[in-house]
Amino acid sequence: MASTDSQSGIVRRRQRAAGALPIAVETRPIEAPAQRRSVIEFRGVSKRYPSGDVGLDEVSFSIERGDFVFLVGATGSGKSTVMRLLIKELEPTQGTIRVAGHDLNQIKRKRIAFYRRNIGVVFQDFKLLPSRTVYDNVAYALQVTGGSRREIRDKVPDILRLTGLSTKLHNYPDQLSGGEQQRVSIARAFVNHPPLLLADEPTGNLDPETSVDIMRLLYRINRTGTTVLIASHDQAMVDKMRRRVLELAHGRIVRDEATGLYTRDETTREFARRLRAPSGRPPGLE
Amino acid sequence: MRLGFFVREAMRSMRRSAAPSFAALATVLVTMLVLGVFIPIVQATNGAANSVRGRVMVDVYMKAGSTAADDARVRSEILQIPHVKQVQFVSKATAYKQQAAQFPQAYQLLGSNPLPDTFHVIPSNPSYVLAIHTALSGGNGGGPLDSSIASVSNKQSDTQKILEVTNLVTITAAVLTVLLVVASILLIANTIRLSLYARRREVEVMKLVGATDWFIRWPFVIEGIIVGALGALLAIAVLGATKIALLDPLASNWTLIAAPRTIAFTVLVAVLLGAGVLVSAVGSGLSLRRFLRV
Repeated sequence: MASTDSQSGIVRRRQRAAGALPIAVETRPIEAPAQRRSVIEFRGVSKRYPSGDVGLDEVSFSIERGDFVFLVGATGSGKSTVMRLLIKELEPTQGTIRVAGHDLNQIKRKRIAFYRRNIGVVFQDFKLLPSRTVYDNVAYALQVTGGSRREIRDKVPDILRLTGLSTKLHNYPDQLSGGEQQRVSIARAFVNHPPLLLADEPTGNLDPETSVDIMRLLYRINRTGTTVLIASHDQAMVDKMRRRVLELAHGRIVRDEATGLYTRDETTREFARRLRAPSGRPPGLE
Repeated sequence: MRLGFFVREAMRSMRRSAAPSFAALATVLVTMLVLGVFIPIVQATNGAANSVRGRVMVDVYMKAGSTAADDARVRSEILQIPHVKQVQFVSKATAYKQQAAQFPQAYQLLGSNPLPDTFHVIPSNPSYVLAIHTALSGGNGGGPLDSSIASVSNKQSDTQKILEVTNLVTITAAVLTVLLVVASILLIANTIRLSLYARRREVEVMKLVGATDWFIRWPFVIEGIIVGALGALLAIAVLGATKIALLDPLASNWTLIAAPRTIAFTVLVAVLLGAGVLVSAVGSGLSLRRFLRV
């Protein structure tokens, strides 16, 4: 674990709260809204691309610690721009973005790598390293932070068990199904136990049944206290999840349903059962 | 621990992408082979050109009746001319012996010695030969330097040609060397670039996971060092085998043709190894820069 740099303070704090194995914790104390700190805060953020396209237009919102939030919108509405701004792959044209109290504009190029270690990222196309086994892909996330061999031996099998990949340790990504690859990608994103997990269309390439499994896994991670932000255009899935929804259109926030019709202490089993309920299943895909 | 990790990473990527690594290795091997052959050839050419230039001299022929005192006076006068490096005196008796040994039949017919006492005047630099000639023969207007001088050899056009040709050879060799070195660097750098381009997605992912630039770069640099060293060592092995098999048996013949001094084999080995490792390591590190901007 990166305990050398200042930003990993968040990680340590969160770990202490959640215990050594945060995944095993089933219930999380629900904090009063007033006491909760914003993990993500966008204030008047605009992004114009050099081509002249507007990615985001004066967007402001904030996401609290422990939230499970969907970012929805049509293609080109700015979902990916938000994600890419959050991992500092892009710079905003104007406005400030704060993540866990850090102003992203203040982070120097050299420190970006250290900043990214506090964010787990899951992509639609998985972005696994093709020349490494499942085990090594997950281990790489620990190796970049200078994790010792012992730490890797301890943590990697744990996280792979959590994501249900214990039997695929020595497979290469191209020997896995899409759902399994996405699980590896989630395992890699979460092995450092980051306080924030971003998922850009995590189910975009997967069939509905596998998508439910992936959502369930993300929900499980959220229940350990990790803030989860998911960009998705799968409207049916989002509606059924009944979590907070931010909708973007043409670079503006057009909907922010902060309180869905959900209970926060739903178990993952109940959650999955609800997702599999007949109404949400797209017809003809059974 | 870190170094061990980077070396393991380098070995892994070489194993997993054997074809690009092999292409880079082959490129280094071939360029080093060409350089290894070319460097001694350029040196030999320059050596030959210099030895030709070293033979550029002015001959001063004394009058038939010149005395030993005349010879001594002329000698000291010649030595006072600027840029004269050396003066060799060949008495008529010595000259006769040399010539008679070379052409015995012709000199038997001749009977007497027609040769004059001669001074070979060697300039400190071949390009001064014309100035010295002018000083000795008295230039355009006046007579020769000393009254006992019969004539001064007039090899002006020959000298001019030798100077021009040797200059051309030296310059051509230098230009070729520079071109070859540049071509080698470009070739190696491009091959590395191609093999990196194939892995740019991987680099992007590493960056997104939070790897620092140098964390990504070190394995590539180490891979470059390994590929460069292997390529250069193979080239050296081939060159060494060729030298032992082909050149060394001919060494005795080379000395007959005034063997030009060339680079020592050990120095050549060091130069090739150093160049191979440096170019491919620096090439890997620099080529990666583009892909690190994520």
